[in-house]
Amino acid sequence: MKPGRMLYQVLSSLFKKTATLDYPHDKSQKIKGFRGRLKAYPQRCIGCKMCMRDCPSQAIIIKEVGSKQFEAQIDLSKCIYCGQCADVCPKMALEITDEFELAQFDPEKLKIVFHVELKKNT
Amino acid sequence: MHNSDEFRIPIGPQHPALKEPESFSIALKGEKILGVDIRLGYNHRGIEKACEERTYIQDMYLLERICGICSHSHSTCFVQAVEELASVQVPKRALYIRTLIAEFERIHSHFLWLGVAGHEIGFDTLLMYTWRDREIIMDILATLTGNRVNYGINTIGGVRRDITDDHKRQILEAMEKLEERINYYIQIATQETTIIKRLSGVGMLTYEEALKLDAVGPTARASGVARDVRKDDPYAAYGEIVFNVITDSHCDVYGRTVVRLKELLESLSIIRQLVNNIPEGPISVRVPRKIPAGEALSRYEAPRGEDVHYVRSNGTEKPDRVKVRAPTLANIQAVKQMLKDRQLADMPIVVAAIDPCFSCTDRMVAMKSEKGASVIKWQELRNYSIEWYKKHGVDFTELNKKLA
Ligand code: SF4
Ligand code: SF4
Repeated sequence: MKPGRMLYQVLSSLFKKTATLDYPHDKSQKIKGFRGRLKAYPQRCIGCKMCMRDCPSQAIIIKEVGSKQFEAQIDLSKCIYCGQCADVCPKMALEITDEFELAQFDPEKLKIVFHVELKKNT
Repeated sequence: MHNSDEFRIPIGPQHPALKEPESFSIALKGEKILGVDIRLGYNHRGIEKACEERTYIQDMYLLERICGICSHSHSTCFVQAVEELASVQVPKRALYIRTLIAEFERIHSHFLWLGVAGHEIGFDTLLMYTWRDREIIMDILATLTGNRVNYGINTIGGVRRDITDDHKRQILEAMEKLEERINYYIQIATQETTIIKRLSGVGMLTYEEALKLDAVGPTARASGVARDVRKDDPYAAYGEIVFNVITDSHCDVYGRTVVRLKELLESLSIIRQLVNNIPEGPISVRVPRKIPAGEALSRYEAPRGEDVHYVRSNGTEKPDRVKVRAPTLANIQAVKQMLKDRQLADMPIVVAAIDPCFSCTDRMVAMKSEKGASVIKWQELRNYSIEWYKKHGVDFTELNKKLA
């Protein structure tokens, strides 16, 4: 490269903003619609197990623990954040949020457990 | 086998010049490469087999993870095959969105390649520049699909997310910025003497060799083979888009660089056409979970070349067989030819120039005899070798006792 053009590159780079972010202090780049941590709405769930059937990484386990009673467990350490479960759920009981800082020391904290009790007449 | 002045060195499976584990055994005479043996298999994950145990929907997400860079290529290629089996008509709008993501993927992949190539020839400023500019595309991909890699935009029968007018504006703005950057890189590649001298004449692959060895993608196009699935067998929305197949006659790594850079400009023009002409309408149709029995083959032009997926269905929720032929598998034979009679120091850039993805390429062979026995047990193999050495006058019995 010609020295003149090189000098221009060097000088203009000196006064440019840095391309990187000062994470975690600067979190300005949160992206809308990002697929992150799942959020469950237990009162909407009907225990149909559609989410469990479609989950590509078998991260969801729904067990029948009594008559019309279910226990659901979502293991976030297995989840690949595809959002397929939220897509397929007929009652919109699962939602994908844009929360992405999920690191934990305790693997138990990566589990979302909820209980569903259906009313007898539903 | 070894002649006296031939020297063999292994490169890989773990080697600083390689970005993924793969084993090259190189026969050398001085600095000159006499021949190369390539051994695949260090990244084998058994994905094809795993697909048979999962439903079509689950497979889509699994196959998307064959490759972190061409994830959309694999998922689209598979989904196209399944849609053909199910004979569904995918809405136009969905096809446009698929194509859009595909071209974004090509841009980010080529930028990534340009950076890696710069790094391999000791031009790290280029790596920093291109990877910075690549972020523009990564942000758009994350906004449109919800993730930077493994976009998960496809579903069987369409796409999962729609694009809004706001998105369109963002895309067109980003294209302006990228166009400026791409032109700058084209300027560097065509005027910077260090790049031209370092890459010219390195990794030669003539037109005839490219045809004979079945090279695909930019590797073939840089040898003058005008082969591009987007043109030859248009899928998604490519049939309605005007674009050129870029070829080059340099036949070397320099040619491959030029082809990729010019393809970036074509991608920009494709994206602009898509954004401006995207039809209104639904973005997906419902497809039953059970796919009718049959078989389908789908082709797709991934950033690295032609990707092929074969799917056989037996009428259930799960496929009977899924077979993937990723572009690197097609190109890897050409690498042997490119390296022959060249300097050892050219090896990293020649391998990098096909933009290899070894985890896409890896596969396994199981051998079965007619009696059905497939594998020889470790102990049998050991006994066999002890016997063999005994016959040749070397007895390990004493040594074995000591080691036991
Ligand atoms: S987001 Fe995907 S991987 Fe995670 S629980 Fe839902 S379906 Fe399973
Ligand atoms: S979360 Fe939704 S899909 Fe899963 S069991 Fe409950 S209602 Fe069914």
